[in-house]
Amino acid sequence: MTRIVVVTSGKGGVGKTTTSAALATGLALRGFRTAVIDFDVGLRNLDLIMGCERRVVYDLVNVINGDANIRQALIKDKRVDNLFILPASQTRDKDALTQEGVEKVLNALRDDMAMDFIICDSPAGIEKGALMAAYFADEAVVVTNPEVSSVRDSDRMLGILASKTRIAEQGGGDIPARLLLTRYSPERVMRGEMLSVEDVQDILAVELLGVIPESQAVLSASNAGSPVILDTDSDAGQAYLDAVARFLGEDLPHRFLTTGKKGLLGRLFGGQ
Amino acid sequence: MSIFSYLLPKKQRTASVAKERLQIIVARERSMRGGPDYLPQLQEELLAVVRKYVPVSPESVNVQVDRDSGCEILELNITLQDHQDA
Ligand SMILES: Nc1ncnc2c1ncn2[C@@H]1O[C@H](COP(=O)(O)OP(=O)(O)O)[C@@H](O)[C@H]1O
Ligand SMILES: [Mg+2]
Repeated sequence: MTRIVVVTSGKGGVGKTTTSAALATGLALRGFRTAVIDFDVGLRNLDLIMGCERRVVYDLVNVINGDANIRQALIKDKRVDNLFILPASQTRDKDALTQEGVEKVLNALRDDMAMDFIICDSPAGIEKGALMAAYFADEAVVVTNPEVSSVRDSDRMLGILASKTRIAEQGGGDIPARLLLTRYSPERVMRGEMLSVEDVQDILAVELLGVIPESQAVLSASNAGSPVILDTDSDAGQAYLDAVARFLGEDLPHRFLTTGKKGLLGRLFGGQ
Repeated sequence: MSIFSYLLPKKQRTASVAKERLQIIVARERSMRGGPDYLPQLQEELLAVVRKYVPVSPESVNVQVDRDSGCEILELNITLQDHQDA
């Protein structure tokens, strides 16, 4: 059975695209046929993060409009088997994304391309593009930074997920949503300057998929056009590998929640 | 947050301020959620009417929709300031 997953947040710049690339790559590394779709029409950048920008010929809107079929538009990743990218178009016409059109693309990925997972990288906001990315989802990963506006927007997005998906409209209730807390700085949390993972969980009250530390490896990965999860020596890469394992149902302890170097007081009183 | 952070000077513990603010705003937004789209505007206009007679702050008005086996209840609460002779 194909699982459609939306990676969403409300707020922009929190790490949705970084996460979509990592999650899709991680699932493909586990042997699942995985497609990742960039829904950010007009502002595509998933292709850059995946390092396939020079291989883009057709895009999501081309497939919706029937200018190309799904096979022509999908870009097969060169590093990882089973991984496919469907870029967003650069058109500025936001109405290019229709519900019927998106459904057609998802059906083709499921029936013709036999995908196990379809990862939908949502644009920012709570408008059409974000609603389209979420509408057909079976489950959601809500990407949040430990910062007030991001947490509030995530809560709004959780409210939208509870009512504005196809499953919800058909009376199926909320789709399962899990929290991925990214750009986390244990040092700043220890100093009381940043919301802790417990604080954010208290407020949002959804299951925690993982915590991704603030990491220089993310910028290096995006410079190189290689998803950070492939940098298995890095903290962020390992945190994403753990998150993928949990996504698949494995029970792993959360890592990267504390500073490596703690003073005596920190060791005595440090939170988890 | 660790116990350690409580030993820090108060102005550095901004995370606890953030958490409190979030708890309030999120509770407020959730109470409006799922209700009809006109709810925020209804709240504004009701507030304007009430204000003609008594001074009330925006925080003292709370509009909420509850669903109860098939029927919806629109609940409006206005907290008046203490000794208010309306
Ligand atoms: N864990 C992290 N550590 C450091 N920088 C990060 C991390 N996650 C994301 N970023 C950076 O944040 C910015 C926004 O990330 P992106 O994935 O494009 O967010 P979104 O898709 O939500 O707009 C990028 O510059 C990215 O490199
Ligand atoms: Mg993005």
